Amino acid sequence: MFRFFLGRLGLLIPTFLGVTIVAFGLVRILPADPLELLAGERGMSPERKAELMRQMGMDLPIWEQYLAYLGNLFQGDLGTSFASKRPVLDEFLQLFPATVELSFCAILIAVAIGIPLGILAAVKRGSFIDQTVMGTALIGYSMPIFWWGLLLIILFSGILQWTPVSGRISLMYFFPQVTGFMLIDSLLSGEKGAFLSAVRHLILPSIVLATIPLAVIARQTRSAMLEVLGEDYVRTARAKGLPPHRIIGLHALRNALIPVITTIGLQVGVMLAGAILTETIFSWPGIGKWLVDSIARRDYAVVQGGLLLIAAIIMLVNLIVDILYGLVNPRIRHN
Amino acid sequence: MALLEIRNLRVEFDTAKGPFRALDGVDYTVDAGEVLAIVGESGSGKSVAMLATMGLLPDTATITADKMEFEGLDLRTLTPKQRRKVIGKDISMIFQEPIASLNPCFTAGYQLEEALKVHTNLSGRQRRERVLELMRSVGIPEPERRMNSFPHQMSGGQCQRVMIAMAIACAPKLLIADEPTTALDVTIQKQILDLLMQLQRDSGMALIMITHDMGVVAETADRVIVQYQGKKMEEADVLSLFEAPKHPYTRALLAALPENATGDRLPTVSDFAKSFAAEEARA
Amino acid sequence: MSTSPKADSSALVEKLERESRNATRAMLAEFWYYFSQNRGAVIGLAVFLVLVVTAVFAPLIAPHAPDMQYRDSFLVPPVWQEGGKWDFLLGTDPVGRDMLSRLIYGAQYSLFIGCVVVFVALTGGVIIGLIAGYMRGAVDTFIMRIMDIILAFPSLLLALVVVALLGPGLMNAMFAIAIVLQPHFVRLTRAAVLAERSRDYVVAARVAGAGHFRLMFKTILPNCLAPLIVQATLSFSNAILDAAALGFLGVGAQPPTPEWGTMLAEAREFILRAWWVVTFPGLAILITVLAINLVGDGLRDALDPKLKRS
Repeated sequence: MFRFFLGRLGLLIPTFLGVTIVAFGLVRILPADPLELLAGERGMSPERKAELMRQMGMDLPIWEQYLAYLGNLFQGDLGTSFASKRPVLDEFLQLFPATVELSFCAILIAVAIGIPLGILAAVKRGSFIDQTVMGTALIGYSMPIFWWGLLLIILFSGILQWTPVSGRISLMYFFPQVTGFMLIDSLLSGEKGAFLSAVRHLILPSIVLATIPLAVIARQTRSAMLEVLGEDYVRTARAKGLPPHRIIGLHALRNALIPVITTIGLQVGVMLAGAILTETIFSWPGIGKWLVDSIARRDYAVVQGGLLLIAAIIMLVNLIVDILYGLVNPRIRHN
Repeated sequence: MALLEIRNLRVEFDTAKGPFRALDGVDYTVDAGEVLAIVGESGSGKSVAMLATMGLLPDTATITADKMEFEGLDLRTLTPKQRRKVIGKDISMIFQEPIASLNPCFTAGYQLEEALKVHTNLSGRQRRERVLELMRSVGIPEPERRMNSFPHQMSGGQCQRVMIAMAIACAPKLLIADEPTTALDVTIQKQILDLLMQLQRDSGMALIMITHDMGVVAETADRVIVQYQGKKMEEADVLSLFEAPKHPYTRALLAALPENATGDRLPTVSDFAKSFAAEEARA
Repeated sequence: MSTSPKADSSALVEKLERESRNATRAMLAEFWYYFSQNRGAVIGLAVFLVLVVTAVFAPLIAPHAPDMQYRDSFLVPPVWQEGGKWDFLLGTDPVGRDMLSRLIYGAQYSLFIGCVVVFVALTGGVIIGLIAGYMRGAVDTFIMRIMDIILAFPSLLLALVVVALLGPGLMNAMFAIAIVLQPHFVRLTRAAVLAERSRDYVVAARVAGAGHFRLMFKTILPNCLAPLIVQATLSFSNAILDAAALGFLGVGAQPPTPEWGTMLAEAREFILRAWWVVTFPGLAILITVLAINLVGDGLRDALDPKLKRS
């Protein structure tokens, strides 16, 4: 198991170095010139430009610049935002809990609904239920979520007025940020109604962000279950006289979940991409919105740093999923 | 009264190309403590009959029979819940592929204990003791250690022993063994057969041995049913079958045994197909 | 024997060719049989064909020019709602352009985006994948590492950054999406090539003296087509979705282009006042993507012999 872990880690290191090259290179090589943006509309004198270039180390050869960048990276320095003049890492860490909270709720919804639906569809294969579930899942899978979010806003915020349009909590409530997770902080604050307000703000964005992962998980669970239900050991379980819930919920599901876990892990990447759209629609102050705003502002230090951090998170999650995969699959655990 | 009595069993499968009749009006009778062998090639419907008895056929199968009784209990009208009380307790079954038949995600001990959990009222400790006892009785060395092994960590022969232990866990009256040795090494085949026969003698349970191997039949069975393409060709006690086979198909099967071969070519069943097809037509 | 050996052999070649043509035809017939069994896939194909016709004949079908602004008709609701006009069946947008006409022209963009992105990603991916799988060794490792790196980023984010840096616009958006979709084709092709290259028929072709190019493109490639076709369909719908998302974020097609995602971005501020300017473009995207995904599912089932039997 430990060697399995080391092997995975060994594969990650060159990929991570590659990711740093991409993050570094994209911003340096492509035609946009960050200095011009820094100068703004008024332009800049050539002397001032040269001065700035020297300050930022941009007069050095490109590989020296990269090594300097890498050196800074390992000291936790991802550059400074042009717009806010604050370190990119600080901004990221401040906004990240909002995205984690949203993504976590979304993945929870997707798993809690997707897996049972997939099981149901597989067990009732070919029935009306199966066709409805799979049809709905395909619609979810094909959904342009930015439009789906707008539709839900029209319905629940516009017509029914059940949920707020944007933000994480009503402006009425003020309390200190302890964990950065609004659901927890609002409970800790002890203010009446704060938690409920946080939930009402969270619900629509979570549903929107959960849509595609839910569809993917339901489809994957169904096909994994169908495969497993035809296996010899399921016949053995039936021959033992086990009740259906034990055959399906234990013997079949335990095996079917192995590929589903990988799928769930892959959804984290899908989620972070989806967060870009979801957070933009709902003005959710997380890293997705931060990146979109920074791109609009051409704040390339933020774009570079954000790109790198998100890729790092996805790689980390995939590593965790690989380990989990090894843990639930005895065939890997013991070899 | 016979332990298991089936009259005129028919099984049809819905397929993309229309219904396919796998079994066409076959009778089976098994008495308590008896060893019955059902022989035939693949496609003869020998497994289908027993899977139908167990209620293990997929939904695409249509099963009809004039009579289908186990200890006087009508198997045709059982609800799934009633059937689960019988299956795995009074009738149990072992299969051809022992490794694939055990769940890869659970230990051998867990899967054994599970059978006891559904069918008995034993306490947790009693169950674990019984598991060890069962594993010893099927000849698994170091049962305390093997209990915690996963199927992929054991050999095919050991997996089949676990399957057998699971099948006899609740002291069944009838054990159905569906080609129990086909997937095993030749040396292991003999051991598993000996184990099955010993368990059968000790417990007095009835045993149905489904096989295509005439050698297995000779070694184990009291009585033999020969099947071909979903029909019963011949039924006889084992001595008279080997000494004086009545049906040409049985003669063909026996002639196909390597030890009966003469000349430089092994005869095959299809060499005889014409002769018994003609006999069929006359009958 | 009156015929010459040469005539004999040419007759034989002809016979072989005829047989191979018949086999191909039988294969296609079998494929169509399985595909047509899948009701959803047939519906998806029909919808897709309607879209293609709409896109091709847009100038004939659309009642108005897509960028014509009717100054007296801002935010006219659809015809069935109070205040609707028969001139504008699905209403007008905030600057008085006919929604229906813009949607019809939008079909052109979506299909164009899908075709171009899939073509670029597929050709690039297949060539790189063939090279990686065929060459093995260091070349393979190098290529696959690069693909891992691209796949380490969420595709939409990477596309967003690439477009932001190249400058907003439809062409750059398509280029960026093709880049992020292409590793899937590389992986698939490489895996198929690795699986096929040790097969007897490939060895036989090599022994018969087939060159590298012939081996790669004429011997191996046709046998890895099935997964590639399925992936191409999936990529087609992904490309449309991602391009619309980029349009929505303001870095894809630029206004006044009637691209569906861009239309949504323009309409966003009116969502609580005029539901139709938001609803219809998104519905168009959903229907298009859904139709293509239905076809993709059907193709996968019809081309995958493992699923066929069950």
